[in-house]
Amino acid sequence: MMESCNCIEPQWPADELLMKYQYISDFFIALAYFSIPLELIYFVKKSAVFPYRWVLVQFGAFIVLCGATHLINLWTFTTHSRTVAIVMTAAKVLTAVVSCATALMLVHIIPDLLSVKTREVFLKNKAAELDREMGLIRTQEETGRHVRMLTHEIRSTLDRHTILKTTLVELGRTLALEECALWMPTRTGLELQLSYTLRQQNPVGHSVPIHLPVINQVFSSNRAVKISPNCPVARLRPLAGKHMPGEVVAVRVPLLHLSNFQINDWPELSTKRYALMVLMLPSDSARQWHVHELELVEVVADQVAVALSHAAILEESMRARDLLMEQNVALDLARREAETAIRARNDFLAVMNHEMRTPMHAIIALSSLLQETELTPEQRLMVETILKSSNLLATLINDVLDLSRLEDGSLQLDIGTFNLHSVFKEVLNLIKPVASVKKLLVTLTLAQDLPVYAVGDEKRLMQTILNVVGNAVKFSKEGSISITAFVAKSESLRDSRAQDFFLVPSDNHFYLRVQVKDTGSGISPQDIPKLFTKFSQTQSQATTNSGGSGLGLAICKRFVNLMEGHIWLESEGLGKGCIATFIVKLGIPEQSNESKLPFVPKVPANHGQTNFLGLKVLVMDDNGVSRTVTKGLLMHLGCDVTSVSSSEECLRAVSHEHQVVFVDVCAPGIDGYELAVGIREKFSKRHEKPLIVALAGNTDKVTKENCMRVGINGVILKPVSVDKMRSILSELLEHRVLYEAI
Amino acid sequence: MEVGQMQSRLADYTKSLFMEGILDAQFLQLQQLQDESNPDFVVEVVSLFFDDSEKLLNDIARALDQQCVDFKKIDAHVHQLKGSSSSVGAQRVKNACVAFRNFCEEQNAEESRRCLQQVKQEYYLVKNKLETLFTLEQQIVAAGGSVPMIELSF
Repeated sequence: MMESCNCIEPQWPADELLMKYQYISDFFIALAYFSIPLELIYFVKKSAVFPYRWVLVQFGAFIVLCGATHLINLWTFTTHSRTVAIVMTAAKVLTAVVSCATALMLVHIIPDLLSVKTREVFLKNKAAELDREMGLIRTQEETGRHVRMLTHEIRSTLDRHTILKTTLVELGRTLALEECALWMPTRTGLELQLSYTLRQQNPVGHSVPIHLPVINQVFSSNRAVKISPNCPVARLRPLAGKHMPGEVVAVRVPLLHLSNFQINDWPELSTKRYALMVLMLPSDSARQWHVHELELVEVVADQVAVALSHAAILEESMRARDLLMEQNVALDLARREAETAIRARNDFLAVMNHEMRTPMHAIIALSSLLQETELTPEQRLMVETILKSSNLLATLINDVLDLSRLEDGSLQLDIGTFNLHSVFKEVLNLIKPVASVKKLLVTLTLAQDLPVYAVGDEKRLMQTILNVVGNAVKFSKEGSISITAFVAKSESLRDSRAQDFFLVPSDNHFYLRVQVKDTGSGISPQDIPKLFTKFSQTQSQATTNSGGSGLGLAICKRFVNLMEGHIWLESEGLGKGCIATFIVKLGIPEQSNESKLPFVPKVPANHGQTNFLGLKVLVMDDNGVSRTVTKGLLMHLGCDVTSVSSSEECLRAVSHEHQVVFVDVCAPGIDGYELAVGIREKFSKRHEKPLIVALAGNTDKVTKENCMRVGINGVILKPVSVDKMRSILSELLEHRVLYEAI
Repeated sequence: MEVGQMQSRLADYTKSLFMEGILDAQFLQLQQLQDESNPDFVVEVVSLFFDDSEKLLNDIARALDQQCVDFKKIDAHVHQLKGSSSSVGAQRVKNACVAFRNFCEEQNAEESRRCLQQVKQEYYLVKNKLETLFTLEQQIVAAGGSVPMIELSF
């Protein structure tokens, strides 16, 4: 028998060829199957990232088992033992299990794998996009950098040409332009003239009319506008290439004027003046204007406008400064010339002053002397005329010299403290002779609150008063002149004609108001305004030979103005007299000043000893009134007065304390001389004897002799004035005798 | 009326008295003697003068009316009156007295009586004027002003 072997017979009898082929295929399959996992392992090991190792193992196992199955299949072609069959079955079973597991696993894995793929695609796209954007940003940043640099270049200079040239150069460089040109409007504003180009060195005065449509289009918007390369503004170079010229862009550049800048507003683009900037890309480059490039161009155009306006402002101010400097120089020159002229004039005046006055003095002095000599009536008349004329001339010279000094303001007041009351007295004394000759009564009234001392220019004040009073005397043939002086308060001005003159009260100044009223020939109202002008005399004045150059009032007015005052005249008409008033500002001296000056009581004119304070005197007068007056007088002088009305009383009252005894010697009932004798006999000691003064009605020789005989020390004529009493007393006390003619 | 106007009226009035010769410079002397220690000096003296003069004039009139005219006494009175009037500055009164005295020396009663009339006339005139003057001064003082000091020159 065939032994029963555990061999397995194949199902059908082996076909030799087919078997062979199967045998070989299985072998290669197994080979491939075994090599695949090896390859996988190898490559996975190589790659760092592979998340599915477990899958790989599974798949490896599946492949290996499949390979094993096919390998084992090689033994089943022929008769094989049962062991092989069992191994084969085991392998197949295992393979089936693993492959099912793998299949199941793949269901999970493959979608994941696919999604990985899509994400990868997505990320790649994103990366590409970011790259693009980066590129854009970089471009923009570069543009910004270019603009900043351009601006910096443009604004770093204030020179117009430099600005424009720099603009074109920088723009050309930044944007890699073929050509860049600037068209400026002409003066007329009707044409655009080619002013600057980048490449061409000397632009010929190529101009186009301004009202082309393309230009209007550009001017009407503040954006950069693409224009055709064939339009007149863009056709700058001869068409070199046969190819396409590059794209052209034009932008307007506003030309701001100084007047566009309002103080509080931004500049209004109300100006119609624009320049045109034309930019051309290189031809044949197929380049196109990008948006960021256009923006750059617009920004640059604005900056250029600002830079140009700054340059314009600078030009203006430079011009103005130059002008001012010129004017300054001219003014300086003029001033120096004027000063020279004034100096020359002053020198001339000074010289002429001296030269003119010297002969005048000689003439006047010698004529006066001549007057004193023996002359025939005709000669006397001639000499008098000479004297009068030369006096007139001397006055004229003085007036003219004074006035010319006053005119150019070189006259300054000599300020000092002076006795105001005595100024008026002085004027009175000076005017007395003339007034008495003309039989004019002159009265002077000083207000009680008028300060005795004042600070000001004494000489010129006196000159003014004298002038005014002199005029009053001159123009009055008869009547009276009254001078009043008082302190002006603001109310007192209301009723006068000086309405436009304001008093500024202050603590150390006061306003002196002097009014001179005369009953003379008066002034007609139409002449009043002319009075203070130089050299003018009214008709009536000129006809009467009144003398005077007509300068007096003009000088007065100047003096009064210097003293911050006002002078005016009022008259009701011809023949109705005239009132001259002036107000001047005088200072009030400080208290300390007054103590330095000698004590002057209300009545001025102090001679010698003025203080009789406490001097004990005795007055004997039987006439009550004159006794009271004499007593009051002596008390006013500060004496200690006892008065008696009879000789007996006198002898009773007199004591050694009395230094002076006043005795009335003209009273009929009393013998003053006996009284005097009696008084002297009363005091034996010499030093006790009082001084005896006789008050007499006349001072003829007889009286004087009688007085001297009885030992009377002095004689005074009644009535006595205060001044006289004072001087008598001081004389008496000094010399102990007084017998001068009174 | 305003103080300033009153003052100028006083000044004008005073001026007129001097211009007419009613007062002379002696009156101004009196005014000068008036000060804070002696504020009413002028009024006092003038009042004294008025009283004195009235008395004297009466005495003179009585003396002239006598049967036997005592010219010596009259002369003494007139002398007194002359002294008083010259002390206050009543110029015309004084001048009248001087004329009177001449006639007294001549012992001319008729002329003396005429002179007396003259003197009386002048006296009353000056009295009137001075009283008006003082009233004006009082008005000024009452209105708060001050009496201005007057100076003259002839």
